[in-house]
Amino acid sequence: MSKGASKNLLLRGYVVLVFIFVFTPIVTSFIFSVNSDRFPTIPLGHFTTHWYETIFADPDVWDAFRVSGIVSITVATLSTFIGFCTAYTDYRYKFTGKALYLSLALLPPTIPLVIMGLAMLALLARINMSGEIYSIVVSHVVLCSPFAMAVIRMRLAQINPDLESAAWNLGASNWRAMREVIVPFCRPAIASAFCLTAAVSFDEFAVAWFVSGLNKTVPVIILEILQGNTDPQINAIGSIVFITSMTLVILAQLILMRKTINQTATGI
Amino acid sequence: MSDSSSSRPLVTFDGVSKRYGDVTAVHTMNLEIYEGEFLAIMGPSGCGKTTSLRMLAGLEEPSDGEIRLDGQRINEISSVERDTPMVWQSLALFPFLNVQKNVEFGLKMRQVPAEERQARARKWLERMEILELAERDISQLSGGQKQRVALARSLVTEPRILLLDEPLSALDANLVIRMQGVLSRLQKELGITFVYVTHSQSEAFAMSDRVVIMSQGRIEQLGSPKEIYRSPASRFVADFVGANNILSGSVSQAGGNLEIETALGMFQCDVGSKDAHHVGDSLDMVISADLVQISLDDPGTQNSLQCRFISEEFVGSIVTLFAELQDGSDFKIQTRQRDLAKMSLEEGDSFFVFWNATDAHLISARGPSDA
Repeated sequence: MSKGASKNLLLRGYVVLVFIFVFTPIVTSFIFSVNSDRFPTIPLGHFTTHWYETIFADPDVWDAFRVSGIVSITVATLSTFIGFCTAYTDYRYKFTGKALYLSLALLPPTIPLVIMGLAMLALLARINMSGEIYSIVVSHVVLCSPFAMAVIRMRLAQINPDLESAAWNLGASNWRAMREVIVPFCRPAIASAFCLTAAVSFDEFAVAWFVSGLNKTVPVIILEILQGNTDPQINAIGSIVFITSMTLVILAQLILMRKTINQTATGI
Repeated sequence: MSDSSSSRPLVTFDGVSKRYGDVTAVHTMNLEIYEGEFLAIMGPSGCGKTTSLRMLAGLEEPSDGEIRLDGQRINEISSVERDTPMVWQSLALFPFLNVQKNVEFGLKMRQVPAEERQARARKWLERMEILELAERDISQLSGGQKQRVALARSLVTEPRILLLDEPLSALDANLVIRMQGVLSRLQKELGITFVYVTHSQSEAFAMSDRVVIMSQGRIEQLGSPKEIYRSPASRFVADFVGANNILSGSVSQAGGNLEIETALGMFQCDVGSKDAHHVGDSLDMVISADLVQISLDDPGTQNSLQCRFISEEFVGSIVTLFAELQDGSDFKIQTRQRDLAKMSLEEGDSFFVFWNATDAHLISARGPSDA
């Protein structure tokens, strides 16, 4: 075997190891969620859906999924809209303080979540808005909009600036050009931003824990179950959350990638 | 060719300037564009040609002066309300719409009902010979096909004027020639005004009735391709257009036998009006490379120069020779490859160039832009 080939093999092995490192806990969690034993031990017991049945029999869990669902869809819609507007403003206009505007718009994800959650709670409690579903929505929109903006901004960076002028030149007003040209051009990024922000919101624990009050989201209920009793229910609910988020994130990636592949093929 | 255009100006630039901060892109431009003519605006990059076109399209607002379309001031009319469609250098076809929908776009914006829209779009696709591509995605088209879609999209509203901003610059040489033919024919058949911005002399000269040469935001010359080629109005035009040799000098004898004194000797000139020049006037003498003859022996005429062979550029039957004059300046000669082969010149060889007194062209050293 040549030196190059063995080096290649070594590198491949390394990549496999990294993936094992990342995914083992998740796979383990999934395996024990369908295992009959109460404690995660080896050898495994038999296959069961008992733990899934238990959590779905729990009305609190249903409630949490309902809250998480409402929150993540609302948050995704609002953040994608705000993200689009911010990105378009950045694309279209030059103004003084633009650098400041951009850094402020991109700031929220850099703030530690616990601090963000605490700050949100302090503010919302003071203006009597804490503990409601919309409190979670407001907080998550703050957190998610920058992600949406980043995704859409990347797409706008690829647009041929003549496209919008061409639309005006052909008789489209500003609004019409936005609707007929900018939005369709950004559509994959918009869909992708929607999925991504929905996933971020669905997953987010710290801020939700502070501001949710009685309207617990799924990550919050997980912690509660965990504090009460340690049985594979946690693994079951964890697996569901993981699958939901991963589906959304992978969807977001696929939508963006398909567009990129299309464009590479055409060479523009 | 220019008599095919009527004398009524469709577009008037009346003292139009465009400034961006301290930079003046277009400087008090006066220009009349006639109904039905093919006008090319040509110049190096940054000369203000595209800015002028964009002002006409309503994508830029003049800082000064007035643009009139059909006698009406249009400075304040937005691009949306003008019917001045443009063919873009980048073509700017909408990548998310198919060919048919791209062509329909202008009609859709004008609230034309769907059925009529489709029919009109198909008519133009047919005219551009791309009807079979109607359902294709833009990404599936070749360069030439995209060009045709862009033309159809701009013409579908049946405007009186079409603006073209270097539309052929992305195509390869063969296709450029073909599209020039398509554009020329289209303009003649439609009888509408084409304003064509380009930096390419061959494109401008091949298609247009009149050419505007711009430099640094000013019009240097306006005329038919032949006028511009044979009688450049300024040193800039002489340098920019064609392959010209320029000798600077002053008039040493006026009247019947005009004689020009230069650093390289005395030359005779037999041009147009005899009394336009006075003794002592400084001027530039332009000798077009294709009007120069060459010989190995001294031809013995007054309008000749000795020079040294540097190199040649062979592009088929015509060869451009690069030579050096005694004072170190360059001299270009265009000749037939066949004639050159007989002379078998090597680098550094000495030979003579000469021309007829009637073939030199004079430009008074104070160009029109300073006047």
